[in-house]
Amino acid sequence: MARSLGRGLSGALMWTITHSILAAGAVLALSFLDPARQASPHLAALHSAALDGWHLVAPGGAWHPTAFIEHKGHLVVEGFLLLAISYLLLQGTFRPGQLEQEALTPKEVDELCEEWEPEPLAPPLTDAQRAWREPIVSSEAGREVTVNGRKALNFASLNFLGIAGSPEVREACRATIHKYGVGSCGPRGFYGTIDVHLQLEERLARFMGTEEAILYSYDLSTLPSILPAFASKKDLILCDEGVNYAIQNGAHLSRAKVLFFKHNDMADLQRLLAAQEEADRQHRKPLNRRFIVVEGIYANSGDLAPLDQLMPLKEKYRYRLVVDESMALGVLGRRGRGAVEHFGYGAEQVEIVAGSIGNALGSIGGFCAGDREIVDHQRLSGLGYCFSASLPPFLATAGVCALDHLEQRGGELIPAVQRNARTFRELAAGIPQLQVVGGEAAAVSPVIHLALHPQPAPEEYDAGDAALQLVVEDCLSREGVMVALARYSKLERRRPPPSLRVAVTAEHTAADLRKAVAALKASCKRVLG
Amino acid sequence: MAGTGTLTPPLFVAMASYASWLVLFLFGHMRDFYRKKIWGGRAAKKAKEGYAAIRQDYEDFYTRRMYYRIHDTFNRPICSAPDSWIDVMERTPVDGQKPLQLTGGSQRCLNLGSYNYLGFAAQDPYCTPRVEGVLDQLGWASAAPRSDGGTTPRHAELERLVAEFLGKEAAITCGMGFATNSAFIPLLAGKGTLIVSDALNHASIVAGVRGAGARVKVFDHNDPAHLEAVLRTAIAEGQPRTSRPWKKIIVIIEGIYSMEGELARLPEIVAIKKKYKAYLYLDEAHSVGALGAGGRGVCEQLGVDTADVDVMMGTFTKSFGSCGGYIAGSAELVQYLRCQCPAHLYASAMSPPAVEMVISALHVIQGADGSTRGQDKIRQLRDNANYFRRRLLELGYNVLGDWDSPVMPIMLFNPAKLPGISRYMLHRGLAIVVVGFPATPLLTARMRVCISASHSRQDLDYALEVFADVVQRCHLKYCDESTAARHIKAFQARQLLVQA
Repeated sequence: MARSLGRGLSGALMWTITHSILAAGAVLALSFLDPARQASPHLAALHSAALDGWHLVAPGGAWHPTAFIEHKGHLVVEGFLLLAISYLLLQGTFRPGQLEQEALTPKEVDELCEEWEPEPLAPPLTDAQRAWREPIVSSEAGREVTVNGRKALNFASLNFLGIAGSPEVREACRATIHKYGVGSCGPRGFYGTIDVHLQLEERLARFMGTEEAILYSYDLSTLPSILPAFASKKDLILCDEGVNYAIQNGAHLSRAKVLFFKHNDMADLQRLLAAQEEADRQHRKPLNRRFIVVEGIYANSGDLAPLDQLMPLKEKYRYRLVVDESMALGVLGRRGRGAVEHFGYGAEQVEIVAGSIGNALGSIGGFCAGDREIVDHQRLSGLGYCFSASLPPFLATAGVCALDHLEQRGGELIPAVQRNARTFRELAAGIPQLQVVGGEAAAVSPVIHLALHPQPAPEEYDAGDAALQLVVEDCLSREGVMVALARYSKLERRRPPPSLRVAVTAEHTAADLRKAVAALKASCKRVLG
Repeated sequence: MAGTGTLTPPLFVAMASYASWLVLFLFGHMRDFYRKKIWGGRAAKKAKEGYAAIRQDYEDFYTRRMYYRIHDTFNRPICSAPDSWIDVMERTPVDGQKPLQLTGGSQRCLNLGSYNYLGFAAQDPYCTPRVEGVLDQLGWASAAPRSDGGTTPRHAELERLVAEFLGKEAAITCGMGFATNSAFIPLLAGKGTLIVSDALNHASIVAGVRGAGARVKVFDHNDPAHLEAVLRTAIAEGQPRTSRPWKKIIVIIEGIYSMEGELARLPEIVAIKKKYKAYLYLDEAHSVGALGAGGRGVCEQLGVDTADVDVMMGTFTKSFGSCGGYIAGSAELVQYLRCQCPAHLYASAMSPPAVEMVISALHVIQGADGSTRGQDKIRQLRDNANYFRRRLLELGYNVLGDWDSPVMPIMLFNPAKLPGISRYMLHRGLAIVVVGFPATPLLTARMRVCISASHSRQDLDYALEVFADVVQRCHLKYCDESTAARHIKAFQARQLLVQA
């Protein structure tokens, strides 16, 4: 109401102003006509006033701009401009929306805070999640273990060479605990470097055939430290889609651009590489660091990265290769160096090799091997190296002893574990409800994933997991064989299909393998029908 | 800054420190320039055709031209247990950027660097036999994640014991302290969650927060008023762009800040957290075991009910002389973490002897070993810490942190003092930690003393003798007598109050 009234008033005002101007113009024009002037003395006076005014501003007149400039009038203009500029400079930056939105009053904020209800800290659990308990192992991680109070064959521990449990290592651990205590009580930088750490780093470097190696105190923090140490915002990381969580996490933390190619699909990788090269050329991008990250043996599928096909691509497009040998170390290659050696490449051909001393080497921790530049840089930039307490010394000793063990007995242990893997895979192909993941190339891999067959649709993965969990429990309680369900965190970028994870070791006998497969077969029949 | 010290340098010292950095910077660039002119630079030598250098020159300028000048003051290897006295291995002096070589000798030093607060780092008559027993029974590693084959009865016992010790429903452990933060935080904070983090939180928290995909806001270090302002704005404004309300807000703080020695202002923060319905995540890496009459950490110290802290995180590396960390919280939360946490599903389980070390250390602390050693240790640590802090203040040092905190950063300000002091102290048989940029802001280089219950009064007096010498030699008298007296008086008044 008020608004329309205001609008009406201002309209009337505008009408009055414009029409007055028009009228004044008309009167002025009239004064230039002789008859009109003669008829009205007022018009004559107006006419002479207009002429006087004109003479004032016309060229030569006192108010003409030239006269103004001649009398230093420009200083006035400039002074005015200066004032205007300083006024503008003193104004705050203009933000769109600033003017329209009024700030909330403290009372309003109080109300909003009062109203706000957060979600619970942890999302609600399903019944299966609430009921789940880890199996409790009350013996060493050998071939046979005591699980939940009963003896069982161990096909769950990733103790591929049987080193976790060897008496020499135990004695070395005991001696180290006597000398150094249990923990290191400090990060490597601040008196947490103990001689056994240096010894293990030197041994790892020698074993891997690299200039140097750097030790991390946990496998899960190794890749998340390495990748951000080298890749940053402008760089590019190409990852296999099937990489483990540590690599995904590391790639994410690095802030580099991360692209994923289809698991073990070299054609897809080639496509990505070519597209990237083309894009770089078009945008004239300066040379950045580029990495391809793969696993020697994929923890989440048990198959090998096809390094033989990958290596030429890497060389052609000039990417640095990062290989996580956590699962492959001690299992692949003549000396047990991992997948790089397995495919016949030298250590110097791969820029960054990471690994875990937690699986085949039967200790705990991770490492990175490479030339001095690569390793040294991590000593200042590897987050998990700088900001974490160092590895307990006895675990470093265990690592050194494990390397001794591997160097002495690798000649028999490595072929044994590969043979067992091959046998198990062949036997397991006979279980109708399960399918062995990985083809012929993966035959030597002792990490064996047995996926549900036929593979369920992604929305049924949870049901698949639940069914397989029953298989695991049945297999343990009725058959005395411990296998693992491949569990995945919801933080995984892409959830692999449900599968059982079987770890075959060099210690298993042919009878063990047959027993395990028979047990799985029976359990699957009972549970899955 | 609260506590007994200040981070602000005197004007002259600030100018001198800037000058110091400037000289380092100019010389660094001069050396780079000549190296490039004469040898063609490192890039020409190393980088392969078509590959970008793994480190660009500008990226590791600091490392090359500053860190390497004094890299003998870091990463000093030792060849003994990290107890009150350690054997520091001798190394060759700094020679350009070449790695330092061990000479084979070693030097006995008083250890003021390790986080051995309760003195469990070395042999212990109660703990070591038990650790060995577990080594015999369960081995040193199980080569399996916790979820499948890595859980032993000792793990279960430890988790029960930790929960009980802290007064929480349940706990879950992880084999590494750093990973406890970096792997668990992402599970608590997904999309639509706001994390409000203290400005000086540890790198592991930062890694966890960045891995989470949640939004982060930072509040001024240990400043409850700013925390409140941040929370109010956040709740009122909701999520950026969508303006939807936040799903949840998690405040992350530490119990003792390891580079400031300060205690969290927990009572104030808990009140705010309750008022605004935010969740509180408390990282007690340094405070658990070291603070409180029963060693239960900063909550016990400051009289806060642990029920008011939603997630209690801590590590076993420090006070308990082992490795790993824990998260304690509601049973529901812990079960969720068990089902989802990467550290539980993928990473190696914590080593059983290390688990046993924590269990037996907890027994000692709680007196379950049938002695008063635990109580004695806790009292000794507090007495040692307060004695050392008082004496340092009397000497005129600018000591950061609060009374009762065993962590004592001492301000040096000037970067040129780092190597001098570190080397001189080593020469006099003190192993001390020095930190400067980039671990601290440019102007606040400091050294740090970590006090242990295993230090005897003679040990501390010996150290103080050296400190008395250093304060003169290195012009470190940054705290005037009246300020020191004021701090000491306030402390003594509080002691009297506690006794009454």
